[in-house]
Amino acid sequence: MSTPVTPDPWTALRRHTPARIALGRSGSSLPTSEVLAFALAHAQARDAVHAAFDAEGVAAAIEALGMPATIVDSAAPDRATYLRRPDLGRALSDAGRAALVASARGACDLAIVVADGLSCAAVHAHAAPLVETLLPAVRAAGWRLGPVVIARQARVALGDEVGALLGARLVILLVGERPGLSSPDSLGAYITFEPRVGRTDAERNCVSNIRGEGLSYEAAAFKLAWHAREALRLGLTGVALKDESDTALLGVSSPPPVGEAMA
Amino acid sequence: MAYRATLGSTTWTFDSLADLLAKASPPRSGDALAGIAATSAQHTVAAKMALADVSLKTFLNEAVVPYETDEVTRLILDTHDVAAFAPVASLTVGEFRDWLLSEIATPAALTRLAPGLTPEMVAAVSKLMRNQDLILVASKCRMTTRFRNTIGLPGTMAVRLQPNHPTDDPAGITASILDGLLYGCGDAVIGVNPASDSLNVLGDLTRLMDDLIQRFEIPTQSCVLTHVTTALQLIERGAAVDLVFQSIAGTQAANASFGVTLALLQEGLDAGRSLNRGTVGDNVMYFETGQGSALSAGAHHGVDQQTLEARAYGVARAFEPLLVNSVVGFIGPEYLYDGKQIIRAGLEDHFCGKLLGAPLGVDVCYTNHAEADQDDMDSLLTLLATAGVTFIMGVPGADDVMLNYQSTSFHDALYVRELLGKTRAPEFEAWLQRSRIVGSDGRLAPRAAGHPLLTAGAGT
Repeated sequence: MSTPVTPDPWTALRRHTPARIALGRSGSSLPTSEVLAFALAHAQARDAVHAAFDAEGVAAAIEALGMPATIVDSAAPDRATYLRRPDLGRALSDAGRAALVASARGACDLAIVVADGLSCAAVHAHAAPLVETLLPAVRAAGWRLGPVVIARQARVALGDEVGALLGARLVILLVGERPGLSSPDSLGAYITFEPRVGRTDAERNCVSNIRGEGLSYEAAAFKLAWHAREALRLGLTGVALKDESDTALLGVSSPPPVGEAMA
Repeated sequence: MAYRATLGSTTWTFDSLADLLAKASPPRSGDALAGIAATSAQHTVAAKMALADVSLKTFLNEAVVPYETDEVTRLILDTHDVAAFAPVASLTVGEFRDWLLSEIATPAALTRLAPGLTPEMVAAVSKLMRNQDLILVASKCRMTTRFRNTIGLPGTMAVRLQPNHPTDDPAGITASILDGLLYGCGDAVIGVNPASDSLNVLGDLTRLMDDLIQRFEIPTQSCVLTHVTTALQLIERGAAVDLVFQSIAGTQAANASFGVTLALLQEGLDAGRSLNRGTVGDNVMYFETGQGSALSAGAHHGVDQQTLEARAYGVARAFEPLLVNSVVGFIGPEYLYDGKQIIRAGLEDHFCGKLLGAPLGVDVCYTNHAEADQDDMDSLLTLLATAGVTFIMGVPGADDVMLNYQSTSFHDALYVRELLGKTRAPEFEAWLQRSRIVGSDGRLAPRAAGHPLLTAGAGT
C-alpha cells in the first residue's frame, strides 16, 4: 500500500546545501522519518556540548608545530558554571593569570588563543591544523608570535585579557562555536586589535564556520592573514574594518539552480 | 526613591524603580547573572504588589537609565505623547492591567494609546500579567506595515524565509529559497544571514534575491542581514537593497557595542527610503532584538533584561520598521535557561512590542546548550500564533545550518495555518495562488513536477 507521505519533486536541489530541504510532508507536517532524524541530531549536539576538553592533546599538537603552548583555565570551574556564568568564562583564573605572566617574553605582534567554547569537538579537530595552515603567512609577514595559549571553559572575550598580559598588538582567538544540528564541530576565529579587558564585540572581526563542510583551513587562514595585515596597518578591528579580502574563495560554486531541479 | 510592600510581618524595600522592576520579574537566568533577581518566590510577589501600586506617571519622572547619559532614555521621554497618554494617565500599573483587559481597550483605543506609553510602563504591566493576559491583550493590538506587501492585517501571520548557508553558496541559498517558496513561505521577507562580511559577497547575495523576486514577480522584499554601515556601503555601490537591517538594544551603551547610534539608524532609514524600492509602502527597516543583549555587552545599568528589551522596541518604533524580530532563545541559557523561561520571554516580548506599536515577530528558537527542545517551541509557536504574532521564521527543517540553532520551519508555518486558519500577506497569498503553489483555500496544491520555479528558464 502507498505511504500517506507527500514527497517533494525537488530532491535534486539537496546537493546544493546541507539545509533540510525537500523533506516531504504528512498533510502539513513532517514525515515520521524526518521527526526521528531531527531528534537524533539534537541528541548528538546536546552530547557534544557536554563532552570533555583534551587541552593537553591540543597543546601537544601545537608544540609539534614548533611553538610553545601554555594551558590556562578561565574563572569558571566546571561546565555547569560555565553555561550559566559567561562573565567567569571571559576572565582568567588566578593560576591562569600567573602562568601567563610567567610565560610572557616581552611584547609580540600576534597572540593566538585556542578556547574550548561550546564545542570541544571543533577545537580537537580543527585548531592545530588551522594554526599550521596559518603559520607560513605569519612567518612571511615577520610578525613576532607570542606563546599559543590553550584555554579551558573559555569564551571569546578571554582573549582580551590573555592578549593584554602577553603584550600583543593583535589577538586571534579560535573557539568551538555553539554546535548546530548539522555541525557539531564548527570552529570560529575572532580577531581583536590591541586586546585589553573591556573590548566590545563591535571591536572584533570574525571568521566563522571553519570545518570540513564549511570554510576550509586554506580559506580561513587566508582571511585571517588578510584581517591581521589590515588590522596592523590601520590600527583597528571591528565594524570599521570591512572584509574585502576576496570573493574568489567564498564565491566558488555552481550557478543558482533555478530551473535545473529536474535536470 | 524607595518602594515598599508589607506581607504579614515582613516589609520588603526596593531601592529604586529599576530595583522594583527587576525583583518583580518572573525568574530568568540573565537577571540572576546580573545579580539583580529576587532572592525568593515571596520577594518576587512582594515586588509585584508594590509595583501594582506605582502610578504610571512615575515612569515619566524616574528614568531607569539616566537621561543625561543615555540617548535611548532621551528618545523615550522626549517623544512621549502626553495627549495619547491621557486615557491612562491617572492609573497605577495594577489598574492599567485591568484597563488593558477591559472592554474599553479596543483595538482602536490601543492604537491611539501606543505613542503615550513608554517601554518601562509596558514592561511594568507585563510583570503583573499571566501568560493568558499577555496573549489576550496582544491579540487586540493592530500594527500594519508595508513595503511590497501588507504585513500584520488581522487574521494573518507572515513568515521570514531564512535561507542561510554555511559559506553563502549562491546555489545553496537559492535551493533553500525555492524550498520555502514552494512551501508557501516568504511574505515577511526573504532574509539571509551571511557568513561573510565581504562587500562583494553581500552585493552578490542582494542581487541573487532581487533577481529572483523580479523574475517571478514575487510581492515580497529581500534583506541581507548585515551591519547598517555595510548596508550604507552597499547602497553607495548601487546594490538593490530593499530592507536595511540592524540589531538594536535598549541602552545607548549596548547599541554602541553593536556599533550603532540613533543617528546612524536614521542614516540607514534615510538611505533605504532614498531608493524608493517599496511599491505599497516605505517601511524599510528590519530590526532584531533579544533579552540579555545589554547585559552581554556590560551595558545594563542594573535594569532587568525584559525592561531593557522593551526599550529596544522604543528605539525600533521611532524608525517605522517593516519588521521587528525578537530572537528570543538565540542568546543562550545564561539569559533564558530553559523552555519555560523562553516561552515566558517570547510572550512578554510580543506583548510589549505590540503595545508600543512595533510590528513584532518572534524567532521561536533555542540553542543546543539550552534546556529546551522542539516540544517547547511547538508550545511557544502555538501561543504566539493565538496572540496574533506578526511573523515567524521559516528555516528549512527548523535547522539553521549557518547560525547553528533551531528555529521554526516551513512545516511549522503550515501547521499554524491549518490549526488556526491564519492567512498570508494578501498580495503574497494571491501570488501563491496565481503560481499554483497553493489552492484557493490557501493549502499547498498537489506537487506537479515541473513548477515554473523549478523549470522556467532552464539553462539560464
